Amino acid sequence: MRSNLAAESEGALPKQAGLTGPVTLANLSQSRAALDGLPASDALDLTGVTKLDTAGAWLITSFQATRAAEGKPVTIVGAKDTQALLLRAVSDALKPAPKAPKRRVHHEAGDGLFRLGESVNGLAMGIGGSLGFLGLVIGRLGNTVLHPSRLRLTALVHHMQHAGLNAVPIVALMGFLIGIVLAFQGSEQLKQFGAEVYVVDLIAISILRELGILLTAIIVAGRSASAFTAAIGSMKMREEVDAMRVLGLDPIELLVLPRVLALVILLPVLGFIASMAGLLGGGLMAWIDLGISPGMFRTQLLVNTDVSHLLVGLSKAPVFAVIIAVVGCHQGMQVKGNTESLGSRTSRSVVVAIFLVIVVDALFSIFFALLGV
Amino acid sequence: MHDDPIITVRNLTNRFGKTVVHDGLDLDVMRGEVLGVIGASGCGKSLLLRTIVGLQKPAAGQITVMGTDVLTTKPGGARAVEDMWGVMFQDGALFSSLTVRENVEAPMREKLAIDADTRTALADLRISMVGLPPRAGDLYPSELSGGMRKRAGLARALALDPEILFLDEPTAGLDPIGASEFDVLIRSMQKTLGLTVFLVTHDLDTLHATCDRIAVLADKKVLVTGTMADMMSVEHPWVHAYFHGPRAHAAQPTEGVN
Repeated sequence: MRSNLAAESEGALPKQAGLTGPVTLANLSQSRAALDGLPASDALDLTGVTKLDTAGAWLITSFQATRAAEGKPVTIVGAKDTQALLLRAVSDALKPAPKAPKRRVHHEAGDGLFRLGESVNGLAMGIGGSLGFLGLVIGRLGNTVLHPSRLRLTALVHHMQHAGLNAVPIVALMGFLIGIVLAFQGSEQLKQFGAEVYVVDLIAISILRELGILLTAIIVAGRSASAFTAAIGSMKMREEVDAMRVLGLDPIELLVLPRVLALVILLPVLGFIASMAGLLGGGLMAWIDLGISPGMFRTQLLVNTDVSHLLVGLSKAPVFAVIIAVVGCHQGMQVKGNTESLGSRTSRSVVVAIFLVIVVDALFSIFFALLGV
Repeated sequence: MHDDPIITVRNLTNRFGKTVVHDGLDLDVMRGEVLGVIGASGCGKSLLLRTIVGLQKPAAGQITVMGTDVLTTKPGGARAVEDMWGVMFQDGALFSSLTVRENVEAPMREKLAIDADTRTALADLRISMVGLPPRAGDLYPSELSGGMRKRAGLARALALDPEILFLDEPTAGLDPIGASEFDVLIRSMQKTLGLTVFLVTHDLDTLHATCDRIAVLADKKVLVTGTMADMMSVEHPWVHAYFHGPRAHAAQPTEGVN
């Protein structure tokens, strides 16, 4: 936009200066330059101003205020009625001089200690809250066992489809690829001792006992814990959860239990599918790479690998399922009124769920080692 | 100035699947007026607003805002027009991760190259002009009451000094005192800033207090436009029920005082 704005001191009235053209937000900097370039005078002529908006009025009003503070007050002349109205409105709005108190950052000796205490406290409260929530869910679960008619079958089947059935392809593919990787890496090492055939044991034990179920749990945590948090969190934000409460409906029973039960039922199945896909992938790779035929693979598998390995792996699945579902739902329930908290809760639910799954898996390893299984 | 249309809508048709919401709708908004749009719930008042500001693509029709055809202009070309209007959504639609001041600054930050101090000063000015206390600038939308959120939404709509202001149910959900304060605010803003206001409302008091003209949406088109006095003599059953119902009689005396 061409700036047709000029500071001009009229010859006849040397003590008067004026602005011309539009004084608006779009050309604020030109207008400011023009105002600063004005000769000192006690009157500002607005006759030539074609367009004035709040930003322009703010500029003129603050110009007046600065001049007044310097002891050289300026009066406005030649303003049209609407412009005068706007100038008055703006100067009224500026009157209380809203000087925002500068936020000062404090640095004191105990700050580090304070933050440490705060985070320890936050951690303790978080663990306490989660345990409380777990207790609540278990209590409701007991209630549902006593009164099976209270179970929301439709919701349960819905979540079984979304968290379970729809995860089958990705989980199977993951298991298959893990099997291939194990067979390939294992055979490289075992070849050195001429013990290639033990690659079958390597694949079978590591997948059936640990990797099949652990990696399935991690994928489901990424898929479903985040989905649970987002779904429940957005219901929380739109006060749907509050609406349930005042209607006498229990959000735990309606929202949390179907999700927990769906995962408890289907995570072992997903883990089983992943393990079988892993054996398939491992067998295929052993056949291609080491020439172990499918029949030989099968014989070696049946002779050396006890079914207890699979049972040990699958026994962990329901526990992982409870962790994933409860963490996801609990984080969702903690969402506050803004979108930012929904995002941070969702990412936290995935991180916490995966972390806890791995910690519990380690505890299981110790437990089974002590039992000698 | 009342025969200079700033927005013209011609033959507008909106449909969702088989449901036709607008069928050959025509409407003119004149420069410098406050136009109140009323109609039964679900008759497409908000949809009309959304269509004009480009959030909804109509099935057919033509919309001209300040001489620019907003439906055919490329997004870049419509920019000039976009800067000329401000929209206040029903619940403010403030960005929840920003403070009120940052919300008001956001359009200026995106559209204009002005320094941070000026921007903050202008944002504070807008916040003060819509009647919010200065400390409100540091608050987040979730910490505001409904009325304050609406005022903050208005401040953001005014951030670029628009010529046209679209308001979607500005007084819905406010207490009567807050609502009438908001009516006064809209009227005084319109006077001082010379705005054209397109106002969707259900509130009879708002119609009385702020609107120059009223457009009634019914039967999928603008049934009638005119002043409050014109509305009293319209025979259409819905319009008659609206302006002669028990609530209309309660709102009447304000008109008498004015």
